[in-house]
Amino acid sequence: MSRYYTEDHEWVEVDGDTGTVGISDYAQSQLGDIVFVEVPDEGKQIAKGDDVAVVESVKAASDVYSPVSGTVIEGNAALADAPETVNEDAEGEGWFFKLTLSDPSEVESLMNEAAYAEFASKL
Amino acid sequence: MSQDQTAETAGDSDVEEIALEQLPLDQWHRDHGGRMVPFAGYEMPVQYEGIMAEHLWTREHAGLFDVSHMGQLIFSGPGIDAALEALMPADLAAAKPGHPVYSLLMAENGGILDDLMLTKRDGGSVYMVVNGACKWDDIAHFREHMPDEIDINYMGDQALLALQGPEAVTALDRLIPGVAALVFMQGGRFQWQGHDLWISRSGYTGEDGFEISVPGEAVEALADAITVQPEVKPIGLGARDSLRLEADLPLYGHDLDTETTPVAAALGFALKKRRREEGGFPGHERIMLERENGPILKRVGLIVEGRQPVREGAMVVDGEGSEVGRVTSGGFAPTVQKPIAMAYVPTALATPGTRVTLAQRGKIHTGEVVAMPFVPHRYVRKGA
Repeated sequence: MSRYYTEDHEWVEVDGDTGTVGISDYAQSQLGDIVFVEVPDEGKQIAKGDDVAVVESVKAASDVYSPVSGTVIEGNAALADAPETVNEDAEGEGWFFKLTLSDPSEVESLMNEAAYAEFASKL
Repeated sequence: MSQDQTAETAGDSDVEEIALEQLPLDQWHRDHGGRMVPFAGYEMPVQYEGIMAEHLWTREHAGLFDVSHMGQLIFSGPGIDAALEALMPADLAAAKPGHPVYSLLMAENGGILDDLMLTKRDGGSVYMVVNGACKWDDIAHFREHMPDEIDINYMGDQALLALQGPEAVTALDRLIPGVAALVFMQGGRFQWQGHDLWISRSGYTGEDGFEISVPGEAVEALADAITVQPEVKPIGLGARDSLRLEADLPLYGHDLDTETTPVAAALGFALKKRRREEGGFPGHERIMLERENGPILKRVGLIVEGRQPVREGAMVVDGEGSEVGRVTSGGFAPTVQKPIAMAYVPTALATPGTRVTLAQRGKIHTGEVVAMPFVPHRYVRKGA
C-alpha cells in the first residue's frame, strides 16, 4: 500500500485498484474546527480533479478535489454526525471516500509522503 | 482542496492591496500562537488554539480581545452636541456623562455609514469608538460636515482591549479594583501602574465584560497582566465573530451598510424619541416613513436545518427560485451547536416560526426565522 498527496492537500491510499481519499493533517490544521463534511455517494463516477466533497470549518467552506479517477465504492457516513473526526484523525478515521481506480497510473503525478511533507513545510 | 470563502476576509473585498499595518500587540499575538490574517488594514489574530474552544471559553470564563484596529476619537469644542446630532439619531442632550450610547452615522438616503459608541465625558468632550474598516472615511465625513470649531482628535497611539465573559469582572477587578462597581453601559477613568485607562462595562459578545482604552505603550504589559489571570485566555477574531452573531449584534460591512436603514436593520432603539420627533439628522424622512409603513426587508435571525453552515452572500429565495433576500452573516454557532445566520427577508417572512428557503452554491437549505439573540444576553445592569 502506498499513500500519495496532491498540492491541494488531498491524500489517496492505494491498495491494488482500490483507493481511499481524505484531506491531509496539514489541511485540517489550517481549516480549524470542522463542522460539516459532505462526501460523494456510492456509484458516482469521478474524474481526477473533480470537486467531489465539501468540508466546512467554523471559518470557511472548501471544495475537495479527487486526486484520482474512478467509481465511488463508499462515502464515510460517520462524518455526517461526527465531522470533528477529520480534525482528530485526518489521515485515518477521517477518510472521506473509497473508490475503484479507473487508471492506477494517475498516482505517478502525485507526491509521495516525503515529498508532500517537504511541500507542506514550505507553506 | 480550495477555499470558497473565509469569514475573516469575506467582507473586506473593498479593501485594496494596501500595505498592512501592525498594531501595538502584533508581536504579543504571535508570541501567544495567534494566527495572523489581514483585517481592516491590519494584521490581526483570527485564532489562537481554535475558534470553537475560544468561543466556548469566553461564554464560560473570560476572553481577552485586541480591538485596537477600531478608531478611537475625541471630539471637543463649542456646540459639540448639536454638531454630532446633525449626523446621527442620538440624543446627546439626554446622554449621561460616562455612559456609552450606541448610535449610527447616517447617510442622506437613510442608509448607515457606520455604527459607533459615543460617551460624553466630564468637561463636555465626547469619546467615540468607530469601526476599524470605516474609521478614515468616518473622520473625513465628520471633518467635512462639522463646524471648524470642533476639534477631532484621532487617538492613533491608543490601544483598545475587550475582556468578555462571566468571569471577566472577577479577573479585572483583581487587577484594577473598582471596575466591579460599574454597570452595563457605564464607564469611568481608572489607573493601572501609572497609566490612565478608560474602562466601560460593555462589549460585543452578549456576555458581561469590559472595554479598556489604554495607551499603546502600556497595552502589552496590561495584556500580560490580564492573561495571567486564571480566568482569562486570549481570543481571536474568529470567535469574536461567532460570539457576536449568537448575541444578535450586527457587524458593519456585513449586516449593516449604506443600503440598510436602521428600521430594516432592527436597530430602532438607536432612533431616540426626541430625534424621531424633531428630525434633523440625515435620512430622517425616509426612516419615519419606514417606521410607519414597515420596511421592505427586515433583518432576522435564522436557524438552518442540518449541519451545513449557510454564510454571507447566500440568497433567500421564493417558491419560484427568485431572490427575495440575502444572508449577511452565517456560520456554525458553537454555543447553539447549529448553523445560524442573520438575513434580510421580506417583512412578510420576518415573523418567528416562518420557514424560508436559502440557496448557496447551487444547493437549497431551509431556515426558520427565530427571535434573536440566539444566546441570552448576560449583561450586569445592577451593581454588586
